[in-house]
Amino acid sequence: MELQSKLEILADAAKYDASCASSGAARKDSRGGKGVGSTGGAGICHSYAPDGRCISLLKVLLTNACLYDCHYCINRRSSNVRRARFTPDEVVKLTLDFYKRNYIEGLFLSSGIIQSADYTMELVISVARTLREVHHFRGYIHLKTIPEASSALIEMAGRYADRISINIELPTQAGLDALAPEKNLARTQDAMGHIREKIDERRAETRKADTQKPPPFATGQSTQMLVGADASSDTSILQRADVLYGAYRLRRVYYSGFSPIPEPSKLLPIKPPPLVREHRLYQADWLLRFYEFKVGELTTSEAPNLDLALDPKLAWALRNRAAFPADVNRAPREILLRVPGLGVRNVDRILSARRYTRLRLADLLRLRVSMKKVLPFIIAADHTPTQLGLDGDDLRARFLPPPRQMDLDFGSPPSSADDLISVRNGEL
Amino acid sequence: MRTVLIKPTFEAWRDQARTLLTQGATPDEILWSDDLAEAALFAAEEIAVAKTGLVPRVPAAFLDIARTAAAHTDPHRWAALYRLLRRLTRGGERHLLSIPTDREMRQVQEWCKAVRRDIHKMHAFVRFRLVGTDEATGREQFIAWFEPEHRIVRLAASFFQKRFAGMDWSILTPHECVHWDGAALHFTPGVLRSAAPDEDALEGLWRTYYRSIFNPARLKVKAMQAEMPKKYWKNLPEAELIRPLIAGSPARVEEMLETEERPAKPAPKNAYLEKLRQMNAETPDTSAK
Repeated sequence: MELQSKLEILADAAKYDASCASSGAARKDSRGGKGVGSTGGAGICHSYAPDGRCISLLKVLLTNACLYDCHYCINRRSSNVRRARFTPDEVVKLTLDFYKRNYIEGLFLSSGIIQSADYTMELVISVARTLREVHHFRGYIHLKTIPEASSALIEMAGRYADRISINIELPTQAGLDALAPEKNLARTQDAMGHIREKIDERRAETRKADTQKPPPFATGQSTQMLVGADASSDTSILQRADVLYGAYRLRRVYYSGFSPIPEPSKLLPIKPPPLVREHRLYQADWLLRFYEFKVGELTTSEAPNLDLALDPKLAWALRNRAAFPADVNRAPREILLRVPGLGVRNVDRILSARRYTRLRLADLLRLRVSMKKVLPFIIAADHTPTQLGLDGDDLRARFLPPPRQMDLDFGSPPSSADDLISVRNGEL
Repeated sequence: MRTVLIKPTFEAWRDQARTLLTQGATPDEILWSDDLAEAALFAAEEIAVAKTGLVPRVPAAFLDIARTAAAHTDPHRWAALYRLLRRLTRGGERHLLSIPTDREMRQVQEWCKAVRRDIHKMHAFVRFRLVGTDEATGREQFIAWFEPEHRIVRLAASFFQKRFAGMDWSILTPHECVHWDGAALHFTPGVLRSAAPDEDALEGLWRTYYRSIFNPARLKVKAMQAEMPKKYWKNLPEAELIRPLIAGSPARVEEMLETEERPAKPAPKNAYLEKLRQMNAETPDTSAK
């Protein structure tokens, strides 16, 4: 098979993995070396596809042949998709050729599972090893690992990669039993725990000034959860994410709204979830990681799913009106972070500026704060919200988008402003 | 009112501003203007200026801000930077940099943001084309064409030096060009588009990748355009695919939704799958913890 056909099949096979991160790697570059490559700054999106997703890495599978039968996956063994297999050298050459032309800033390599976990892992590792040791490649490498692979192989993957990941796929074992019978949540988490130990060890060694430079090891791990492939609620998805961030110290949990695939399975819903659900999960995830929210605050037992019409911070504020208004000239950081319409960066600007000046609405306007959003929730030097504003029943209605834009159905191209916000960065 | 004509570089502004400040010139007396005739020459070295003991110190952060804002093409930047400098030094507003809500600070920060974004986009959207191999050194040689919005070539160059140390390359732009030969960066005046190569043998494969990684079931055209505005498309080899990919998406999704669902196939005989089944039977479900 020609290289172009292989690339077509094996990139198509890889596109359902949402991860595109290429940031957070240890600082290294090609100066004084024999090859190309650098990492360590903010990640760079070298292109964008019309699905709004960033293209920063060559994201391919080594092969899309697979022993597993995960029903949401186009590559499962029951699918009739065309199969292909790269040789490791083909992936090495493609990576270098694309990299030198500045199309990409690294490789994200995954694979269908063939023969056994260890056999597959060895093939994947051989690509990374050749890039690093033969071609002195210092660009970004993300390797997908298999929880059942031997721990020696997982550690070896970590030595060549900047990031490693294992997809947890669904938040519960019951979900996996139904849709991905070969996968096991406990084994996945055990493998993540093992990787976490290695990452922590490496970090501790790096901090010791008197020791020699430790051998490289990946600086982070990430995972992906599918949204809407099973009946899991947002509460259950966010609780799982919270465990992964807390106990396993993941850098990122990616949420991938299940979308139709060319090889549908009998076991899956034909109607995918609205794309905005995935977006709300990213926003909620942001609140957990940067806004000091607790997972229990994001949803309620009566409403276990996030509100599709409102962002989760605004939804929280409307449920907790007694916490407002917050005085931008006095309130502590953790309170300001809760104000709908104030992002982390602007909160820090406010904290800095108010040491020298009393903030008025014009100051906030200059920081491009959305007045419509913040006014009911804040006090400024020249503004106090009317009691009516916070107590009124119409406050929620004020924030709802007009009905016509509420067409969240899949199929019609997204038209609401919410959909246009990049899912990738999950900005609030 | 005095007119001060300067080359549009941070160094030229800094030297002038230093002199004006020690002379006690107020911002209202000065009309700053880009000397565009000089701009084309762009003498690479900084002019050595005799430092008098009277030059007031400014926070290092201000120099960073000024260097970045200086790359912006807004003609008011020099005057705005001088006003900030005056307020910081003679105006007694030592804390000015900590007041991001200040109107003049805000304006300069907006320029910085635009310049940083332009630099980031240059790092992202430069596309090198292979033109040959140096016979003596064996190093591959690449040339790229890029059209930045602001005067950012010098600010953006070190990234390419670090990333592509092992190859020879040039980035050509209308304002200024930068070249790397493995030893040092060189800067030369801007050139025309026609000086750069038109294609590269790898671009076909790159377009195959771009087409294949796109998911037609998740069309988000505006999200794409927010990050990759149309003005960049003409220099991106993959951009010619954008319109056809969008146009073809609804039919592709329709086809997916109409495809008959595949039944599950039985598991093949495989020792590893057998082992997995045993492990699944033995692994306690600890997921609840």
